[in-house]
Amino acid sequence: MSVFDGLKFRKIYSPVHNLDPRMKFIYVIIVFAVAIIFSSMIPLVSLFLMQVPFVMLARVQKQWLRSLRGAMFLALFIFSINIATNFFTQGYTLNAKNIEDAATMTMRFLVLVESFSVFFLTTSPDHLGLALEQSKIPYEFSFAFTTAVRFVPVLAEEAQTIMDAQKARGLELEKGNFLKRIRNYVPVLIPLIVSAIRRSLELAEAMESRAWGATKKRTNLYELKFHRGDYVLLALTIGVLIVTIYAFLYVPIPTIRSFFGFP
Amino acid sequence: MLVVEDVQFTYPSGVEALKGVSLTVKDGEFVAIMGQNGAGKTTLVKHFNGLLKPTRGSVRVNNVDTSKSSVATLARHVGFVFQNPDHQLFCETVDDEIAFALKNFGYEQCIIEKRITWAVNLLGLSQYRKTSPFMLSGGERKRVALASVLAWDPQILVLDEPTIGQDHRQKENLRQFIMQLQTQGKTIVIVTHDVEFVAECNPRVVLMREGKILADGQGKQILTNPTLLEQASIVLPQIAQIFKHLTTQGFPVNIIDIYEAKNLLMEKLEERKHECL
Repeated sequence: MSVFDGLKFRKIYSPVHNLDPRMKFIYVIIVFAVAIIFSSMIPLVSLFLMQVPFVMLARVQKQWLRSLRGAMFLALFIFSINIATNFFTQGYTLNAKNIEDAATMTMRFLVLVESFSVFFLTTSPDHLGLALEQSKIPYEFSFAFTTAVRFVPVLAEEAQTIMDAQKARGLELEKGNFLKRIRNYVPVLIPLIVSAIRRSLELAEAMESRAWGATKKRTNLYELKFHRGDYVLLALTIGVLIVTIYAFLYVPIPTIRSFFGFP
Repeated sequence: MLVVEDVQFTYPSGVEALKGVSLTVKDGEFVAIMGQNGAGKTTLVKHFNGLLKPTRGSVRVNNVDTSKSSVATLARHVGFVFQNPDHQLFCETVDDEIAFALKNFGYEQCIIEKRITWAVNLLGLSQYRKTSPFMLSGGERKRVALASVLAWDPQILVLDEPTIGQDHRQKENLRQFIMQLQTQGKTIVIVTHDVEFVAECNPRVVLMREGKILADGQGKQILTNPTLLEQASIVLPQIAQIFKHLTTQGFPVNIIDIYEAKNLLMEKLEERKHECL
């Protein structure tokens, strides 16, 4: 569950938490785009480091590190797949270029994970729903989305209880080879899915009995507004975008290996 | 024999659920663990089959330290029935459901067959053997869950909230069933909020509050002590309430058994009748 912990929102007050979720979302999308535009090490590392001040400002270092640790397995996987394909497709040689290319791909993945992590760590599900609603997305969809997000911890807890119940009946999840281990999870997944479906039906009834969808136009207790911080972030985002486009078109980006004299 | 020695337990989230609990449950004993929500009852019993390992202190089951043993090994001696049967039912038929644990423990097919027959007969489920557990009613699902644990005949049986969602007749069946297991020398531990059920069974009662044991003694003593129960957010059983009000008439306080109560009242009535004559 360590990966999910790295995405779980906790209520703290910080400048980053107070930002408008819409602005944060735009920022994350831009970071995403930039990470995909560049495929060399230096811009990706700078992009990675650019998020660190946000993490510090939001005081979520611990959870953020946990999400990165959770992503480590996948990162290693991406690294080795890249090394392997480069090795087999480029004449069975392992040189500095192969390694740097693989490291770059891994770095790109880490940038995506970290920016997502910061976004979800600092944005409450309520704010997210509000942002979706105010972006003219039909309430049915935004409600479904927030509900899904909100029920992740509930389901995680339930999965733990089910695992305990099956372990008490002698199930050993860690036993057997790879395929057997996957099969071991069937007794956990079936009760989990059944109870999730049951819960959703109950939720639907509870919502209907509280007049869900009775009026076409809903009003909100809170309204999202842009504040000074949001304008600062907007300026930063535009700045990043301009620098990216300029660098992409006019600046030849050196590779790390060239500093060490490798071809 | 179950020995809990000065167990402390802190959840990864930092919640200190047990703050030094010591408890010994002898073979063949019937213990009810009671207390308000969050007192640490379920946390404590999850230590009995090693689902949780103590942060400090030790838990020994038949002289085996639970922190040095796997849940699967301990589960053979300690059967644990969870509160919500829907957290464990997943098979296509009741038979398969009961066979699941037996297969995990590596029993042979012919023994598994025998065990299933024994367990379904014991719990009155024999007409549902080929039915899907998901088609059964709540009470029946609860019985399937119980059967699936009883099937391997564990020496110690832990029941978490066994009376929730059961009607009065099912509760009575459960009570008789527990008594029957007790005569076979099984150790039974139940976690419950149901005072009336405990009053009818009159087991040893362990009262918990905020991760500690508040009181430990026979049900008759504990469940008639208003100060203790107040601290554990439990109300007196109805019979005890009546007798609390009747102390002015010269009745004893610690009565929870319905027959004992009846006899006392009848005696008094007889006395009055004689006085009138």
